[in-house]
Amino acid sequence: MEVLVYLVPMALALGLLGLGAFLWSLKSGQYDDLDGAAWRAILDDEVSDQ
Amino acid sequence: MNDVRDLTHFLRWDGGTARLDLAVDGIHCAGCMAKIERGLAAVPAVTRARVNLTDKRVAVEWAGGAADPARVVDRLAELGFKAYPFEPARAEANEAEAAASLLRRLGVAAFAAMNIMLLSVSVWSGNATDITPEQRDFFHWLSALIALPAAAYAGQPFFRSAVRALQARSLNMDVPITLGVLLALAMSVFETLGHAEHAYFDSAIMLLTFLLAGRYLDQNMRRRTRALAGNLAALRAETAVKFVGDGEIREVPIASIHPGDLVLVRPGERVAIDGVVTEGRSDVDQSLITGETAHVSVGKGAAVYAGTMNVTGTLQVEVRAAAAGTLLDEIKHLLERATEARSGYLRLADRAARLYAPVVHVTALATLLGWLAAGAGWHDAIVTAIAVLIITCPCALGLAVPAVQVVAAGALFRTGVLLNVGDAVERLAEVDTVLFDKTGTLTLPEPEVVNAAEVAPPLLALAGRLALSSRHPLAAAIAAAAGAKMPLAGAVEAPGQGVCAVIDGIAVKLGRPSFCGATAEAEAAAKHDAEVSLIGFAYGDERHVFAVRQRLRPDAVAVVDRLKRAGLTVEIISGDRSEAVAPVAARLGIAAFRAALTPAQKIARIAELKAEGRRVLMVGDGLNDAPSLAAAHVSLSPVTAVHLSQATADAVFLGERLAPVAAALAIAAKARRVMRANLWLAAGYNVVAVPLAILGFASPLVAALAMSGSSLLVTANALRAKPSAREAA
Repeated sequence: MEVLVYLVPMALALGLLGLGAFLWSLKSGQYDDLDGAAWRAILDDEVSDQ
Repeated sequence: MNDVRDLTHFLRWDGGTARLDLAVDGIHCAGCMAKIERGLAAVPAVTRARVNLTDKRVAVEWAGGAADPARVVDRLAELGFKAYPFEPARAEANEAEAAASLLRRLGVAAFAAMNIMLLSVSVWSGNATDITPEQRDFFHWLSALIALPAAAYAGQPFFRSAVRALQARSLNMDVPITLGVLLALAMSVFETLGHAEHAYFDSAIMLLTFLLAGRYLDQNMRRRTRALAGNLAALRAETAVKFVGDGEIREVPIASIHPGDLVLVRPGERVAIDGVVTEGRSDVDQSLITGETAHVSVGKGAAVYAGTMNVTGTLQVEVRAAAAGTLLDEIKHLLERATEARSGYLRLADRAARLYAPVVHVTALATLLGWLAAGAGWHDAIVTAIAVLIITCPCALGLAVPAVQVVAAGALFRTGVLLNVGDAVERLAEVDTVLFDKTGTLTLPEPEVVNAAEVAPPLLALAGRLALSSRHPLAAAIAAAAGAKMPLAGAVEAPGQGVCAVIDGIAVKLGRPSFCGATAEAEAAAKHDAEVSLIGFAYGDERHVFAVRQRLRPDAVAVVDRLKRAGLTVEIISGDRSEAVAPVAARLGIAAFRAALTPAQKIARIAELKAEGRRVLMVGDGLNDAPSLAAAHVSLSPVTAVHLSQATADAVFLGERLAPVAAALAIAAKARRVMRANLWLAAGYNVVAVPLAILGFASPLVAALAMSGSSLLVTANALRAKPSAREAA
């Protein structure tokens, strides 16, 4: 049962990482335009002139 | 006349960067998005242009001082999109902030719920097998470490609302929620200190997560509606032509006009401000303000109001703030009083909470006393009583109403009804009487030619092309009737008279019957129908008269019929003359109509109906309707309504058709049935769960299953509020 000593903190840290990622994505406006984001993924990038 | 547009008012400066938000008409796919972003990137000095496809907006940024908003708007016009500068409304920013805050809290609560559930499942399975008390305590303390801060953060919306309700000496759903969560957490900490087998951290956090999900969906729906309503407002945002210095004029947004400024109002333009005429004479159409369709003559010193249409002459107007004693002042005064009177409505959920909270709290207390009387110890009795509170905790009750509201608001959104107020759905469902305003509500806001078929098509086409050169509002009706696109070259407008041109040596005139020499024809037509406005047309020696009048919305007859068949009383209350209202009422088959009402009389009529115990839906668009919109039980406004009426109405409907009014009532009635069913489901769940808890069988595992089961049940049931394909039509 000693594994708990590092497994539990690890589980918590991973969970917090996920929460942090969610809060960051929220703050950076990734939920502002859900319809647009769905389309942007399949748009072609502009071809440069060179 | 080519105006210089001045849009700098809309720029927002942040350091050296200028930012502009535009509401754009016609963005609906990824192609539009790419086209706009590439098109704007090529405009000099623009550093960033980003489309928001959900809200149909474009944000443009410039670096340095070279911001040129008009150029961006022109570029978008070249690309085929109509763009309107946009000033984010305070209310909309608040909604967006509230939605983001709820989403943050939901994220935190969901994270905590998942981790605590992981620990709880270990404890439950350990309890059945070989977990040691030390390990269990360790897991419980870990749960507490996650649950307490998470609940303190995520539960704030509920705690605050509960405190507000208690301060106002009333009860809402958040009171039992707050009490349940706090007691569950406190008891769990206490139990953990006593090395007990059960702790309820998971129940408390799960409850918060479910409820936050419901609230977020509700809030997000409202935010989307508000954003779209904001776009519509920007699309219709008015500008005024202001004198800057010596005879030089500039078109500016209304927001940058101040009392004392001089503005120019040309024929065919809507007056955008309240003011006093300093120069010029004209006829003014005040139908949007008073409902009266006959024109009023104004001259120097006369007051003109925002929302009226200048018909014949050019006016120079000095801007005044709404002065005491004016029509606008009276309307604002009535509006304030009506709004105060209305705030007494109690939502269905709050009514349920008022019944529910005392019952639950008494039951918990009875459980405590019962177990004590039966000889149980204080500890066991308290734990069982709190378990009763937790299991009855209104997870299902808290979701029962918001879930239906989200589905109903979505359905209304698709039929073209935008809700301004959250509880409008409930109030719409109670309606038994519908009052309609006439002008602009039952009729279309723009007039139409009724006798176009009597004129030979080539002549009609010619009249239409000639009409394009005139700014007169009735000319637009003729141009529309003829489908004209190209103005006639060399057409000259005689202000207040009409337009004339010479085609192949033949003189063509369109305007007042006297201007065209068609007075005799006009008199004959006026005898036939006294309600129409007449426009003369002369082609060489030929004379014609176009009859232009307000037209009923295309489906008005069918909708009124549908409302009557649904058992509703329909009535017209109009500010227009009786002779103008009677024919409309007759065509719609409405027996009860009142004409020539002032705003105060309209309110009096609503108060009369209220005293009879009726629930009134008011549908209106004019400034004179604004107070009655606020006074009625619930109100709807077409999107063409004046700003004040739109802001006062509970919901706004889009388009030319009246059908959204009937659809809104049908959707709301259905939503209310489902809300009630949901509340009964939640109550039924409690009937099963509470005896278990009273008897002491409510372990955390049972609580978790009961909570998620009942939540899923009411959420699934809420989906029934979606109208079927037949009802939506």
